[in-house]
Amino acid sequence: MEAPIVSSYIVMAGALAVLLNSAAVVVYVERRVAAFIQNRVGPNRVGPFGLFQPLADVIKLIFKEDVTPIYGNRTLHTLAPMFPVITALITVAVIPFGDGLFITNINVGVLFILAVTSLGVYGVTMAGWASNSKYSLLGGLRAAAQMLSYELPLGMAIASVVLFAASLSMVDIVNSQLYWWHVFVNPIGAIIFIIAAFAEANRTPFDLVEAEQELVGGFHTEYSSMKFGMFFLAEYMHVVIGSMLITTFFFGGYHLPFAGYYAHLLPEAGTWLKAMLDIAVFLGKTGFFVFLFIWVRWTIPRFKYTQLMSLGWSKLLPLSILNFAVIAFILMLIHG
Amino acid sequence: MLSDFGSILLFMIAGVLFVAIALFVSKLVRPHRPNADKLSTYECGEEPIGDARIQFNNRFYIIGLMFLIFEVEILLLFPWAMVFQDLGWYAFSAMFVFVFLIFIGFIYELGKGHLKWDLPSPAVPEYVEGVGVVERDIRTEDDEFESDGGLTFK
Repeated sequence: MEAPIVSSYIVMAGALAVLLNSAAVVVYVERRVAAFIQNRVGPNRVGPFGLFQPLADVIKLIFKEDVTPIYGNRTLHTLAPMFPVITALITVAVIPFGDGLFITNINVGVLFILAVTSLGVYGVTMAGWASNSKYSLLGGLRAAAQMLSYELPLGMAIASVVLFAASLSMVDIVNSQLYWWHVFVNPIGAIIFIIAAFAEANRTPFDLVEAEQELVGGFHTEYSSMKFGMFFLAEYMHVVIGSMLITTFFFGGYHLPFAGYYAHLLPEAGTWLKAMLDIAVFLGKTGFFVFLFIWVRWTIPRFKYTQLMSLGWSKLLPLSILNFAVIAFILMLIHG
Repeated sequence: MLSDFGSILLFMIAGVLFVAIALFVSKLVRPHRPNADKLSTYECGEEPIGDARIQFNNRFYIIGLMFLIFEVEILLLFPWAMVFQDLGWYAFSAMFVFVFLIFIGFIYELGKGHLKWDLPSPAVPEYVEGVGVVERDIRTEDDEFESDGGLTFK
Protein backbone atom coordinates (compact mmCIF):
# COMPACT_ATOMS: atom_id res chain seq x y z
CA MET A 1 0.00 0.00 0.00
CA GLU A 2 1.34 3.43 -0.93
CA ALA A 3 2.25 5.74 1.91
CA PRO A 4 0.60 9.14 2.23
CA ILE A 5 2.83 12.02 1.13
CA VAL A 6 2.41 14.01 4.33
CA SER A 7 2.13 12.68 7.84
CA SER A 8 -1.30 11.22 8.37
CA TYR A 9 -1.53 13.18 11.65
CA ILE A 10 -1.46 16.45 9.70
CA VAL A 11 -4.11 15.20 7.25
CA MET A 12 -6.17 14.04 10.22
CA ALA A 13 -6.00 17.39 12.00
CA GLY A 14 -6.78 19.15 8.74
CA ALA A 15 -9.76 16.93 8.00
CA LEU A 16 -11.17 17.40 11.52
CA ALA A 17 -10.76 21.16 11.29
CA VAL A 18 -12.32 21.30 7.82
CA LEU A 19 -15.28 19.14 8.81
CA LEU A 20 -16.09 20.91 12.09
CA ASN A 21 -15.71 24.35 10.53
CA SER A 22 -17.53 23.36 7.37
CA ALA A 23 -20.67 22.76 9.46
CA ALA A 24 -20.54 26.39 10.62
CA VAL A 25 -19.82 27.60 7.09
CA VAL A 26 -22.69 25.54 5.65
CA VAL A 27 -25.12 26.96 8.24
CA TYR A 28 -24.11 30.48 7.18
CA VAL A 29 -24.21 29.63 3.46
CA GLU A 30 -27.59 27.97 3.82
CA ARG A 31 -29.11 31.04 5.46
CA ARG A 32 -27.61 33.39 2.89
CA VAL A 33 -28.65 31.22 -0.08
CA ALA A 34 -32.13 30.78 1.39
CA ALA A 35 -32.39 34.55 1.73
CA PHE A 36 -31.19 34.99 -1.84
CA ILE A 37 -33.70 32.45 -3.18
CA GLN A 38 -36.55 34.00 -1.21
CA ASN A 39 -35.52 37.56 -2.09
CA ARG A 40 -34.62 38.48 1.50
CA VAL A 41 -31.42 39.86 3.03
CA GLY A 42 -30.53 37.09 5.47
CA PRO A 43 -28.10 37.41 8.40
CA ASN A 44 -25.95 40.52 7.81
CA ARG A 45 -25.45 42.16 11.22
CA VAL A 46 -22.80 40.09 13.04
CA GLY A 47 -19.44 40.96 11.48
CA PRO A 48 -18.87 41.76 7.80
CA PHE A 49 -21.73 40.28 5.70
CA GLY A 50 -22.90 38.49 8.86
CA LEU A 51 -19.94 36.12 8.66
CA PHE A 52 -19.74 35.68 12.44
CA GLN A 53 -23.40 34.65 12.71
CA PRO A 54 -22.61 30.91 13.23
CA LEU A 55 -20.18 31.86 16.03
CA ALA A 56 -22.88 33.93 17.71
CA ASP A 57 -25.30 31.02 17.34
CA VAL A 58 -22.88 28.61 19.02
CA ILE A 59 -22.27 31.02 21.91
CA LYS A 60 -26.01 31.41 22.33
CA LEU A 61 -26.53 27.62 22.35
CA ILE A 62 -23.79 27.12 24.96
CA PHE A 63 -25.36 29.65 27.32
CA LYS A 64 -28.90 28.24 27.02
CA GLU A 65 -30.46 26.31 29.88
CA ASP A 66 -30.63 22.57 29.32
CA VAL A 67 -34.05 21.03 29.91
CA THR A 68 -34.12 17.25 30.29
CA PRO A 69 -37.69 15.99 30.59
CA ILE A 70 -38.19 14.21 33.92
CA TYR A 71 -40.44 11.50 32.46
CA GLY A 72 -37.78 10.46 29.97
CA ASN A 73 -34.70 8.29 30.31
CA ARG A 74 -31.91 10.64 31.40
CA THR A 75 -28.92 8.50 30.38
CA LEU A 76 -30.13 7.73 26.87
CA HIS A 77 -31.29 11.31 26.47
CA THR A 78 -27.71 12.49 27.07
CA LEU A 79 -26.05 9.73 25.03
CA ALA A 80 -28.24 10.15 21.93
CA PRO A 81 -26.80 13.46 20.59
CA MET A 82 -23.27 12.00 20.65
CA PHE A 83 -24.03 9.30 18.08
CA PRO A 84 -24.70 11.37 14.96
CA VAL A 85 -21.70 13.66 15.54
CA ILE A 86 -19.23 10.83 16.17
CA THR A 87 -20.45 8.73 13.23
CA ALA A 88 -20.24 11.75 10.93
CA LEU A 89 -16.70 12.42 12.13
CA ILE A 90 -15.35 8.90 11.61
CA THR A 91 -16.87 8.58 8.13
CA VAL A 92 -14.45 11.21 6.86
CA ALA A 93 -11.49 9.02 7.90
CA VAL A 94 -11.73 6.88 4.75
CA ILE A 95 -12.39 9.64 2.19
CA PRO A 96 -9.35 10.49 0.02
CA PHE A 97 -8.85 14.25 -0.49
CA GLY A 98 -6.06 14.09 -3.04
CA ASP A 99 -3.47 11.87 -4.67
CA GLY A 100 -1.81 10.23 -1.65
CA LEU A 101 -3.71 12.56 0.69
CA PHE A 102 -5.86 10.30 2.80
CA ILE A 103 -6.12 9.52 6.48
CA THR A 104 -6.38 5.79 6.07
CA ASN A 105 -6.84 3.52 3.07
CA ILE A 106 -8.50 0.43 4.51
CA ASN A 107 -9.31 -2.30 2.01
CA VAL A 108 -12.94 -2.46 3.19
CA GLY A 109 -13.59 1.28 2.99
CA VAL A 110 -16.98 0.91 1.31
CA LEU A 111 -18.23 -1.56 3.91
CA PHE A 112 -16.90 0.72 6.64
CA ILE A 113 -18.93 3.64 5.27
CA LEU A 114 -22.11 1.53 5.04
CA ALA A 115 -21.60 0.25 8.60
CA VAL A 116 -20.92 3.66 10.10
CA THR A 117 -23.77 5.46 8.36
CA SER A 118 -26.14 2.76 9.64
CA LEU A 119 -25.03 3.57 13.19
CA GLY A 120 -26.55 7.04 12.83
CA VAL A 121 -30.00 5.44 13.11
CA TYR A 122 -29.31 4.56 16.76
CA GLY A 123 -28.83 8.17 17.81
CA VAL A 124 -32.11 9.25 16.24
CA THR A 125 -34.12 6.30 17.60
CA MET A 126 -32.60 6.67 21.06
CA ALA A 127 -33.37 10.38 21.11
CA GLY A 128 -36.97 9.71 20.09
CA TRP A 129 -37.54 6.98 22.65
CA ALA A 130 -35.65 8.52 25.58
CA SER A 131 -37.58 11.80 25.41
CA ASN A 132 -40.84 10.02 26.28
CA SER A 133 -42.77 12.50 24.18
CA LYS A 134 -45.21 11.41 21.48
CA TYR A 135 -43.78 13.79 18.90
CA SER A 136 -40.28 12.55 19.61
CA LEU A 137 -41.25 8.89 19.51
CA LEU A 138 -43.05 9.19 16.17
CA GLY A 139 -40.25 11.33 14.74
CA GLY A 140 -37.63 8.85 15.86
CA LEU A 141 -39.53 5.88 14.42
CA ARG A 142 -40.09 7.69 11.14
CA ALA A 143 -36.41 8.59 10.99
CA ALA A 144 -35.37 4.99 11.66
CA ALA A 145 -37.72 3.55 9.01
CA GLN A 146 -36.68 6.19 6.48
CA MET A 147 -32.97 5.73 7.02
CA LEU A 148 -33.27 1.93 6.86
CA SER A 149 -35.38 2.09 3.67
CA TYR A 150 -33.00 4.38 1.81
CA GLU A 151 -29.93 2.52 3.04
CA LEU A 152 -30.82 -0.27 0.57
CA PRO A 153 -30.85 1.74 -2.71
CA LEU A 154 -27.75 3.51 -1.38
CA GLY A 155 -26.01 0.17 -0.85
CA MET A 156 -27.03 -1.16 -4.28
CA ALA A 157 -25.82 2.05 -5.96
CA ILE A 158 -22.46 1.69 -4.23
CA ALA A 159 -22.35 -1.99 -5.26
CA SER A 160 -22.77 -0.94 -8.90
CA VAL A 161 -19.75 1.35 -8.44
CA VAL A 162 -17.75 -1.55 -7.01
CA LEU A 163 -18.53 -3.52 -10.20
CA PHE A 164 -16.48 -0.97 -12.17
CA ALA A 165 -13.77 -0.34 -9.59
CA ALA A 166 -13.30 -4.02 -8.59
CA SER A 167 -12.16 -2.85 -5.18
CA LEU A 168 -13.66 -1.81 -1.87
CA SER A 169 -10.90 0.70 -1.13
CA MET A 170 -11.98 4.33 -1.53
CA VAL A 171 -8.62 5.29 -3.07
CA ASP A 172 -9.00 2.59 -5.75
CA ILE A 173 -12.56 3.71 -6.45
CA VAL A 174 -11.38 7.29 -7.04
CA ASN A 175 -8.48 6.13 -9.21
CA SER A 176 -10.80 3.97 -11.33
CA GLN A 177 -12.45 7.23 -12.42
CA LEU A 178 -9.28 8.70 -13.92
CA TYR A 179 -10.66 8.37 -17.46
CA TRP A 180 -14.43 8.20 -17.05
CA TRP A 181 -16.30 9.37 -13.98
CA HIS A 182 -18.79 6.80 -12.78
CA VAL A 183 -21.63 9.26 -13.37
CA PHE A 184 -20.98 8.99 -17.12
CA VAL A 185 -21.04 5.19 -17.26
CA ASN A 186 -23.56 4.63 -14.45
CA PRO A 187 -25.95 7.63 -14.48
CA ILE A 188 -28.92 5.77 -12.95
CA GLY A 189 -26.77 4.65 -10.04
CA ALA A 190 -25.62 8.24 -9.54
CA ILE A 191 -29.18 9.57 -9.46
CA ILE A 192 -30.28 6.83 -7.03
CA PHE A 193 -27.27 7.55 -4.83
CA ILE A 194 -27.95 11.28 -4.73
CA ILE A 195 -31.64 10.75 -3.85
CA ALA A 196 -30.74 8.23 -1.14
CA ALA A 197 -28.05 10.55 0.23
CA PHE A 198 -30.67 13.29 0.60
CA ALA A 199 -32.90 10.85 2.49
CA GLU A 200 -30.05 9.60 4.68
CA ALA A 201 -29.19 13.16 5.69
CA ASN A 202 -32.90 13.76 6.48
CA ARG A 203 -32.93 16.78 4.20
CA THR A 204 -35.85 18.26 2.30
CA PRO A 205 -37.78 16.86 0.44
CA PHE A 206 -37.27 13.90 2.81
CA ASP A 207 -37.29 15.79 6.13
CA LEU A 208 -40.45 14.02 7.35
CA VAL A 209 -38.51 13.38 10.54
CA GLU A 210 -38.95 16.96 11.67
CA ALA A 211 -42.04 17.94 9.72
CA GLU A 212 -42.90 20.84 11.98
CA GLN A 213 -46.57 21.00 11.04
CA GLU A 214 -47.20 17.46 12.29
CA LEU A 215 -44.38 16.59 14.69
CA VAL A 216 -43.12 19.97 16.03
CA GLY A 217 -39.38 19.19 16.05
CA GLY A 218 -39.53 15.44 15.50
CA PHE A 219 -37.00 13.45 17.49
CA HIS A 220 -35.33 16.57 18.93
CA THR A 221 -38.52 18.20 20.23
CA GLU A 222 -37.34 17.71 23.83
CA TYR A 223 -33.76 18.80 23.23
CA SER A 224 -32.33 22.16 24.12
CA SER A 225 -29.00 23.86 24.71
CA MET A 226 -25.83 22.17 23.46
CA LYS A 227 -27.53 18.78 23.16
CA PHE A 228 -29.72 20.28 20.46
CA GLY A 229 -26.60 21.95 19.12
CA MET A 230 -25.06 18.50 18.60
CA PHE A 231 -28.02 17.37 16.45
CA PHE A 232 -27.84 20.64 14.55
CA LEU A 233 -24.11 20.23 13.96
CA ALA A 234 -24.58 16.60 12.93
CA GLU A 235 -27.24 17.52 10.37
CA TYR A 236 -24.91 19.90 8.58
CA MET A 237 -21.94 17.55 8.91
CA HIS A 238 -24.07 14.88 7.25
CA VAL A 239 -24.76 17.29 4.39
CA VAL A 240 -21.02 17.82 3.94
CA ILE A 241 -20.24 14.10 4.27
CA GLY A 242 -23.02 13.23 1.82
CA SER A 243 -21.58 15.68 -0.70
CA MET A 244 -18.10 14.23 -0.20
CA LEU A 245 -19.42 10.71 -0.77
CA ILE A 246 -21.33 11.72 -3.92
CA THR A 247 -18.11 13.32 -5.19
CA THR A 248 -15.97 10.31 -4.30
CA PHE A 249 -18.23 7.59 -5.66
CA PHE A 250 -19.60 9.17 -8.81
CA PHE A 251 -17.92 12.46 -9.65
CA GLY A 252 -14.29 11.41 -9.75
CA GLY A 253 -13.12 12.51 -6.29
CA TYR A 254 -10.08 14.71 -6.89
CA HIS A 255 -9.87 13.95 -10.64
CA LEU A 256 -10.93 16.38 -13.33
CA PRO A 257 -13.33 14.89 -15.95
CA PHE A 258 -11.52 12.60 -18.43
CA ALA A 259 -8.23 13.58 -16.73
CA GLY A 260 -6.50 10.42 -17.94
CA TYR A 261 -6.68 11.52 -21.57
CA TYR A 262 -4.94 14.86 -21.20
CA ALA A 263 -3.14 14.73 -17.83
CA HIS A 264 0.25 14.01 -19.49
CA LEU A 265 -0.12 17.12 -21.72
CA LEU A 266 -0.28 19.47 -18.72
CA PRO A 267 2.93 20.95 -17.24
CA GLU A 268 4.39 18.95 -14.36
CA ALA A 269 3.28 20.34 -11.00
CA GLY A 270 5.34 20.07 -7.83
CA THR A 271 4.19 17.73 -5.07
CA TRP A 272 2.72 20.46 -2.90
CA LEU A 273 1.11 22.36 -5.76
CA LYS A 274 -0.46 19.13 -6.99
CA ALA A 275 -1.74 18.34 -3.50
CA MET A 276 -3.28 21.80 -3.25
CA LEU A 277 -4.90 21.47 -6.70
CA ASP A 278 -6.29 18.03 -5.80
CA ILE A 279 -7.83 19.39 -2.59
CA ALA A 280 -9.20 22.40 -4.47
CA VAL A 281 -10.87 20.18 -7.08
CA PHE A 282 -12.28 17.89 -4.40
CA LEU A 283 -13.60 20.70 -2.22
CA GLY A 284 -14.95 22.52 -5.25
CA LYS A 285 -17.10 19.56 -6.23
CA THR A 286 -18.12 19.01 -2.60
CA GLY A 287 -19.11 22.67 -2.39
CA PHE A 288 -21.26 22.31 -5.47
CA PHE A 289 -23.17 19.39 -3.96
CA VAL A 290 -23.58 21.22 -0.65
CA PHE A 291 -25.10 24.03 -2.71
CA LEU A 292 -27.34 21.46 -4.43
CA PHE A 293 -28.56 20.24 -1.02
CA ILE A 294 -29.46 23.82 -0.07
CA TRP A 295 -30.94 24.64 -3.46
CA VAL A 296 -33.25 21.60 -3.34
CA ARG A 297 -34.32 22.43 0.21
CA TRP A 298 -35.64 25.83 -0.81
CA THR A 299 -37.17 24.63 -4.08
CA ILE A 300 -39.00 21.33 -3.55
CA PRO A 301 -41.81 20.90 -1.00
CA ARG A 302 -41.87 18.04 1.48
CA PHE A 303 -43.30 14.61 0.51
CA LYS A 304 -46.05 12.81 2.36
CA TYR A 305 -44.80 9.87 4.42
CA THR A 306 -46.65 7.35 2.21
CA GLN A 307 -45.01 8.86 -0.87
CA LEU A 308 -41.61 8.67 0.79
CA MET A 309 -42.00 4.99 1.62
CA SER A 310 -43.42 3.98 -1.76
CA LEU A 311 -40.64 5.88 -3.55
CA GLY A 312 -38.02 4.07 -1.51
CA TRP A 313 -39.39 0.55 -1.61
CA SER A 314 -41.40 0.15 -4.80
CA LYS A 315 -39.36 2.40 -7.11
CA LEU A 316 -35.78 3.06 -6.01
CA LEU A 317 -35.00 -0.41 -4.65
CA PRO A 318 -36.14 -2.46 -7.71
CA LEU A 319 -34.57 0.14 -10.00
CA SER A 320 -31.24 -0.07 -8.18
CA ILE A 321 -31.25 -3.88 -8.28
CA LEU A 322 -32.04 -3.85 -12.03
CA ASN A 323 -29.34 -1.25 -12.61
CA PHE A 324 -26.86 -3.44 -10.77
CA ALA A 325 -27.86 -6.56 -12.73
CA VAL A 326 -27.72 -4.84 -16.14
CA ILE A 327 -24.30 -3.32 -15.43
CA ALA A 328 -22.94 -6.65 -14.19
CA PHE A 329 -24.26 -8.38 -17.34
CA ILE A 330 -22.77 -5.82 -19.74
CA LEU A 331 -19.41 -5.84 -17.96
CA MET A 332 -19.44 -9.65 -18.10
CA LEU A 333 -20.14 -9.56 -21.86
CA ILE A 334 -17.25 -7.14 -22.46
CA HIS A 335 -14.59 -8.53 -20.12
CA GLY A 336 -15.84 -11.99 -19.10
CA MET B 1 3.02 4.97 12.40
CA LEU B 2 -0.58 4.10 13.06
CA SER B 3 -2.25 1.04 11.63
CA ASP B 4 -5.20 1.58 9.28
CA PHE B 5 -7.87 1.12 11.88
CA GLY B 6 -5.71 2.86 14.50
CA SER B 7 -6.31 6.20 12.82
CA ILE B 8 -10.03 5.49 12.74
CA LEU B 9 -9.87 4.81 16.48
CA LEU B 10 -8.04 8.12 16.88
CA PHE B 11 -10.84 9.83 14.98
CA MET B 12 -13.42 8.19 17.19
CA ILE B 13 -11.58 9.35 20.31
CA ALA B 14 -11.40 12.86 18.86
CA GLY B 15 -15.14 12.78 18.22
CA VAL B 16 -15.97 11.59 21.75
CA LEU B 17 -13.65 14.23 23.23
CA PHE B 18 -15.18 16.97 21.09
CA VAL B 19 -18.73 16.08 22.11
CA ALA B 20 -17.80 15.60 25.77
CA ILE B 21 -15.91 18.91 25.98
CA ALA B 22 -18.69 20.83 24.22
CA LEU B 23 -21.36 19.42 26.54
CA PHE B 24 -19.14 19.93 29.62
CA VAL B 25 -18.32 23.57 28.82
CA SER B 26 -21.99 24.21 28.25
CA LYS B 27 -22.78 22.58 31.62
CA LEU B 28 -20.33 24.91 33.36
CA VAL B 29 -21.70 28.18 32.01
CA ARG B 30 -25.42 27.65 31.48
CA PRO B 31 -28.09 28.51 34.06
CA HIS B 32 -29.89 25.72 35.91
CA ARG B 33 -33.35 26.81 37.07
CA PRO B 34 -35.70 23.86 36.64
CA ASN B 35 -39.36 23.78 37.58
CA ALA B 36 -42.17 21.31 37.08
CA ASP B 37 -43.68 23.07 34.05
CA LYS B 38 -40.35 23.29 32.24
CA LEU B 39 -39.51 19.66 32.83
CA SER B 40 -42.85 18.19 31.79
CA THR B 41 -43.29 16.65 28.37
CA TYR B 42 -44.03 19.09 25.56
CA GLU B 43 -47.45 18.68 24.00
CA CYS B 44 -48.08 22.08 22.44
CA GLY B 45 -48.71 23.73 25.78
CA GLU B 46 -51.44 21.34 26.92
CA GLU B 47 -51.08 19.12 29.96
CA PRO B 48 -49.43 15.94 28.64
CA ILE B 49 -51.90 13.07 28.32
CA GLY B 50 -50.53 9.73 29.45
CA ASP B 51 -47.17 8.27 28.55
CA ALA B 52 -45.35 8.13 25.22
CA ARG B 53 -44.67 4.39 25.58
CA ILE B 54 -47.58 3.77 23.25
CA GLN B 55 -48.39 1.16 20.62
CA PHE B 56 -47.14 2.12 17.22
CA ASN B 57 -47.68 0.83 13.70
CA ASN B 58 -46.08 -2.59 13.31
CA ARG B 59 -45.15 -1.73 9.70
CA PHE B 60 -42.02 -0.20 11.22
CA TYR B 61 -41.15 -3.72 12.35
CA ILE B 62 -41.76 -5.20 8.87
CA ILE B 63 -39.52 -2.48 7.39
CA GLY B 64 -36.82 -3.53 9.85
CA LEU B 65 -37.12 -7.20 8.84
CA MET B 66 -37.04 -6.44 5.11
CA PHE B 67 -34.04 -4.19 5.66
CA LEU B 68 -32.17 -7.02 7.36
CA ILE B 69 -32.73 -9.43 4.45
CA PHE B 70 -31.66 -6.96 1.78
CA GLU B 71 -28.71 -5.61 3.75
CA VAL B 72 -27.33 -9.13 4.08
CA GLU B 73 -27.89 -9.63 0.34
CA ILE B 74 -25.97 -6.43 -0.44
CA LEU B 75 -23.16 -7.50 1.89
CA LEU B 76 -22.91 -10.79 -0.01
CA LEU B 77 -22.86 -8.90 -3.32
CA PHE B 78 -19.83 -6.79 -2.42
CA PRO B 79 -17.12 -9.50 -2.43
CA TRP B 80 -18.70 -11.00 -5.57
CA ALA B 81 -18.77 -7.59 -7.30
CA MET B 82 -15.02 -7.23 -6.70
CA VAL B 83 -13.96 -10.41 -8.52
CA PHE B 84 -16.89 -11.45 -10.73
CA GLN B 85 -15.04 -10.67 -13.98
CA ASP B 86 -12.41 -13.32 -13.13
CA LEU B 87 -14.85 -15.96 -11.91
CA GLY B 88 -16.57 -16.67 -15.22
CA TRP B 89 -20.16 -17.33 -16.18
CA TYR B 90 -20.81 -20.04 -13.58
CA ALA B 91 -20.29 -17.74 -10.59
CA PHE B 92 -22.14 -15.02 -12.48
CA SER B 93 -25.27 -17.13 -12.96
CA ALA B 94 -25.06 -18.47 -9.40
CA MET B 95 -25.18 -14.96 -7.99
CA PHE B 96 -28.01 -14.07 -10.34
CA VAL B 97 -30.09 -17.02 -9.17
CA PHE B 98 -29.53 -15.80 -5.59
CA VAL B 99 -30.49 -12.21 -6.38
CA PHE B 100 -33.46 -13.43 -8.44
CA LEU B 101 -34.81 -15.55 -5.55
CA ILE B 102 -34.68 -12.61 -3.14
CA PHE B 103 -36.17 -10.36 -5.79
CA ILE B 104 -39.10 -12.79 -6.25
CA GLY B 105 -39.69 -12.66 -2.49
CA PHE B 106 -39.59 -8.90 -2.64
CA ILE B 107 -42.12 -8.78 -5.50
CA TYR B 108 -44.38 -11.08 -3.45
CA GLU B 109 -44.16 -8.73 -0.43
CA LEU B 110 -44.87 -5.79 -2.70
CA GLY B 111 -47.85 -7.54 -4.28
CA LYS B 112 -49.31 -8.51 -0.91
CA GLY B 113 -49.14 -4.84 0.04
CA HIS B 114 -46.97 -5.35 3.14
CA LEU B 115 -44.83 -2.42 2.11
CA LYS B 116 -47.74 -0.18 1.26
CA TRP B 117 -47.93 2.47 3.90
CA ASP B 118 -51.55 3.46 3.29
CA LEU B 119 -54.00 1.55 5.42
CA PRO B 120 -55.77 -1.27 3.56
CA SER B 121 -59.06 0.20 2.41
CA PRO B 122 -62.05 -1.52 3.98
CA ALA B 123 -64.91 -2.39 1.63
CA VAL B 124 -68.12 -1.13 3.18
CA PRO B 125 -71.34 -2.97 2.27
CA GLU B 126 -74.15 -0.63 1.29
CA TYR B 127 -77.75 -1.29 0.26
CA VAL B 128 -78.71 0.41 -3.00
CA GLU B 129 -82.37 0.51 -4.05
CA GLY B 130 -83.06 -1.88 -6.92
CA VAL B 131 -79.51 -3.27 -7.06
CA GLY B 132 -79.07 -4.92 -3.69
CA VAL B 133 -76.07 -4.83 -1.40
CA VAL B 134 -72.92 -3.48 -3.09
CA GLU B 135 -69.48 -3.10 -1.58
CA ARG B 136 -68.18 0.40 -1.74
CA ASP B 137 -64.59 1.47 -1.10
CA ILE B 138 -64.70 4.59 1.03
CA ARG B 139 -60.98 5.26 1.19
CA THR B 140 -60.40 5.18 -2.56
CA GLU B 141 -63.05 7.81 -3.03
CA ASP B 142 -61.37 9.94 -0.39
CA ASP B 143 -57.99 9.43 -1.99
CA GLU B 144 -59.20 10.57 -5.38
CA PHE B 145 -59.60 13.99 -3.90
CA GLU B 146 -55.84 14.39 -3.49
CA SER B 147 -54.62 11.68 -5.84
CA ASP B 148 -52.45 14.18 -7.67
CA GLY B 149 -50.80 15.28 -4.45
CA GLY B 150 -52.97 18.36 -4.28
CA LEU B 151 -51.17 20.03 -7.17
CA THR B 152 -54.33 21.00 -9.04
CA PHE B 153 -57.56 22.45 -7.75
CA LYS B 154 -60.76 20.63 -8.52
